[in-house]
Amino acid sequence: MKSSAKVRKASARQSATGAELLDERQLRQMVSTVLRLAKSTGAEETEVHIDEVADTLTRFANNGIHQNVAEHGVTISIRTVLDGRTARATTNRLDEDSLRAAIEASLSLAHSLPKDPLLLPMPGRQRYRRVNRFVNRTAALTAEDRANAVRHACDLAIKNGQVAAGIFAGGQSQSAIGNSRGLFAAYRETHAEFSITMQQEPAASWAKANSPDARAFDPQKLAAHASEKAHLAANARELAPGRYTVILEPAAVLDLVGFLFYDFAATALRDKRSCLNDRMGKQLFGKNITITDDVYHPLQEGAPFDGEGLPRERVTLVESGIPKNLVYSRASAKAARKKPTGHGFALPNEYGEAPMNLVFTGGDSSLEKMVASTDRGLLVTRLWYIREVDPYEKVMTGMTRDGLFLIENGRVAGAVRNFRFNQSLIEMLKNVELLSPAVRATGEEAFEMVVPAMKVRDFHFSEVTKF
Amino acid sequence: MWDLCTNALDTARLHGAAYGDVRAMHIRQRDLTTKNGQVGTLAQSESIGIGIRVLANGAWGFASTDRLTREGVAACAAQAVSIAKASALAKRGEVVMAPEESYVDSWQSPFRKDPFEIPLERQLALLLAADEEMRRVKGVTLTETDMQFRKIDSWFASSTGSRIHQRKVISGCGIAATSFHGDEIQKRSYPNSFGGQYALQGYELIESLHLLKYAPIIAEEAVALHSSLQCPEKIGTLILGASQLGLQIHESIGHPIELDRVLGQEANFAGTSFLTLDQLNKLKYGSSIVNVVADARLDHGQGLGTFAYDDEGVPAQCTDIIKDGKFRGYLSNRETAHLIGLKRSSGTMRTESWNRLPIIRMTNVSLLPGTWDYADLIADTQDGILMETNRSWSIDDRRYQFQFSTEIGWEIKGGKKVRMLKNPSYSGITTEFWNSCDAICKFDHWTLWGTPNCGKGQPMQTMGTGHGAAPSRFRNVRIGTAFSNQ
Repeated sequence: MKSSAKVRKASARQSATGAELLDERQLRQMVSTVLRLAKSTGAEETEVHIDEVADTLTRFANNGIHQNVAEHGVTISIRTVLDGRTARATTNRLDEDSLRAAIEASLSLAHSLPKDPLLLPMPGRQRYRRVNRFVNRTAALTAEDRANAVRHACDLAIKNGQVAAGIFAGGQSQSAIGNSRGLFAAYRETHAEFSITMQQEPAASWAKANSPDARAFDPQKLAAHASEKAHLAANARELAPGRYTVILEPAAVLDLVGFLFYDFAATALRDKRSCLNDRMGKQLFGKNITITDDVYHPLQEGAPFDGEGLPRERVTLVESGIPKNLVYSRASAKAARKKPTGHGFALPNEYGEAPMNLVFTGGDSSLEKMVASTDRGLLVTRLWYIREVDPYEKVMTGMTRDGLFLIENGRVAGAVRNFRFNQSLIEMLKNVELLSPAVRATGEEAFEMVVPAMKVRDFHFSEVTKF
Repeated sequence: MWDLCTNALDTARLHGAAYGDVRAMHIRQRDLTTKNGQVGTLAQSESIGIGIRVLANGAWGFASTDRLTREGVAACAAQAVSIAKASALAKRGEVVMAPEESYVDSWQSPFRKDPFEIPLERQLALLLAADEEMRRVKGVTLTETDMQFRKIDSWFASSTGSRIHQRKVISGCGIAATSFHGDEIQKRSYPNSFGGQYALQGYELIESLHLLKYAPIIAEEAVALHSSLQCPEKIGTLILGASQLGLQIHESIGHPIELDRVLGQEANFAGTSFLTLDQLNKLKYGSSIVNVVADARLDHGQGLGTFAYDDEGVPAQCTDIIKDGKFRGYLSNRETAHLIGLKRSSGTMRTESWNRLPIIRMTNVSLLPGTWDYADLIADTQDGILMETNRSWSIDDRRYQFQFSTEIGWEIKGGKKVRMLKNPSYSGITTEFWNSCDAICKFDHWTLWGTPNCGKGQPMQTMGTGHGAAPSRFRNVRIGTAFSNQ
């Protein structure tokens, strides 16, 4: 049996989530196996990525579990460099013959390329700030734990004459990177997520939370919140489309502003596809908008290194409404004569880099204060199917979903039918009147970020749907 | 591989599974991209593993692993049963499966040229040449090209005796030119946006697309869009190009007919459907010339929704979805078929990979060709707007209200295309829109488009679907709303 397979066999102890992740010694051993094999095949430089996932997900609908899954897998991705050319091959077969075949595939792909005069040598050893987001109790969540939580949530729905649907997911994952210049980095984290939709036909409402620590949220509280809101969402009336003051809950903010992340990539500006082209250093948003990218923020998640193994840096992207900085990979930094910020994607790629851990600076308001301060407006639970209509003005379209409420004279005055919006994000971030403290938000259109609820004036709803 | 599948099924049965099925899959993929004359991505990957679905204590469990040893697969099967028993703690009724024959078969999708056997240098040379053709056009600020090839082997085994091996070869390719000028970014893509055209074909698909011919045309259009007129806002006549109509079918027919959505199983994520069960055989979905089928058979074409058997071991079928304008059918599986009075699944269970549970998916959901010649359709239109190549798409979570924008529009006056329009968009309510269809072009103009990136399910799965469409005309459509600022 080949050495990597031995490593796996040794780690095949079953845990509550069905798998035990490889430990760091095993990861290092796999990296060194690949580097040894690559050296013998003539690669000048070699980079190895190892990704392992052990995930579980319980899905429920119509007040019962209907899907319940677990997966475990390890992939090894190998990038070789030969004579100024580089390419990547990936496999999940970990025996030496398969690894050698992947190395040869990578070299063969590279051989077919023209020489790249801009290709940089791989980086050497780096220093990383430690981040601990692996929670043993989350890793130990069992299928029974999830089923019991789901059963309680469904019981509440039945009691309230509603129908529940959602997920309860848990898992653990890790990624490691090593290269022939001695770089090695490894990171593991756990994750748990509960999402629930309570339907009270024809209305519905929704609540969702996730965290590396399953104790950070209470599924029953989320179920109760969604249930209460679904009740309020019943008997929706139709309003005319137009411009409204809106109070966007954090999930709604997240799913909109999430579409801005790639605009802060240096490569996007170089390619002239960013909305920040010709706008850096100008007062683009309101003075109450400050955005950083910060993987080390206590409410964030993700590895503290990028696709080439560089440490991620905290970057202030927008300060008091002015776009100040971009993020850089090593290549885009060299082209712009800047320092790389540790945001590069794994090479080779055409997109360069992106900030993946956005953190908005919040304010001192709250949803309650925002409602109380509004004469006439709309409270938005979440948004759905958001797509970019105009990439430079950053006009986005999408729908409201799972609870849209009219506010009159500082109070919620009832539910209204869902609207379609066509709204420029640039304009929206000029029109923010109030912000709550920033929280970890999770939606369905963007990856998790730390964002506040926002009260925004003149939000543009263009059409209304039938429910 | 069959030994491992049998081992998994035997282990599941020993642990108490009443039914089990297994999908082992080996997926090979090659990705090539260029940007501004440089190679972007050049990567090859493979993934092999096994997914085991079982029914125990009247509930489902699924587990997957890439540990393809007897021990690894047995542990995975035992885990699937354990998960099923946990599911039973919160079940609401017994799973009932429509009967299905057992099949022992092997099938391979037809292709003339294996894309993995075509020299990489040749593939890259074509992309770089197309890239260069686009960059020749002054005003183009970004050029992108891509090719992707997949070869998927799957082995399906069930505890009722099926043993089905399928091999599919998929190819895809596209090019795009972008122009940033003033305060606008304009883009044109060929043969379609978001990656181009995909099909269950070999490298012959790429050769049939004539990239070098179209590269300068789209580059010039991207630049010309800056100086063209803004698409007006009005209620009017709309002609959709075939690829945009393919996406319209996908969003406003394909998704709402998925029976899992209809039954509330996607309520928390992808949403539900306005096509409640009481609408079947009653709803006037479209005008009398609208005929839509879900057809996974090879007879329909080599689309991304073509196969011999679905991932539940059910043979490919053709189902009437809309017949002469009336709503006639859903996409079903073995678990849901009986709920709409069917004796058999319509064969639409599909999985992205070995580590995902099969779910109800579109196959090839196509609008059947009509009778119009394209030139006659334009000539017959006194005042309208032709829209081509999708730019953005959005629809509500019950699939009523949609808004699409396209890369380019053309004003039609007196039966002639008179000028280019920028930022075209249209919106509407699904059934009102399809009932306003008054002309569909004939088979000569019909293309089976591939949508390679349809996301659904939790954990998310990406699936390729097929959509046959020919240019068609719609009356009294709301046009231009996306760029309205009222």
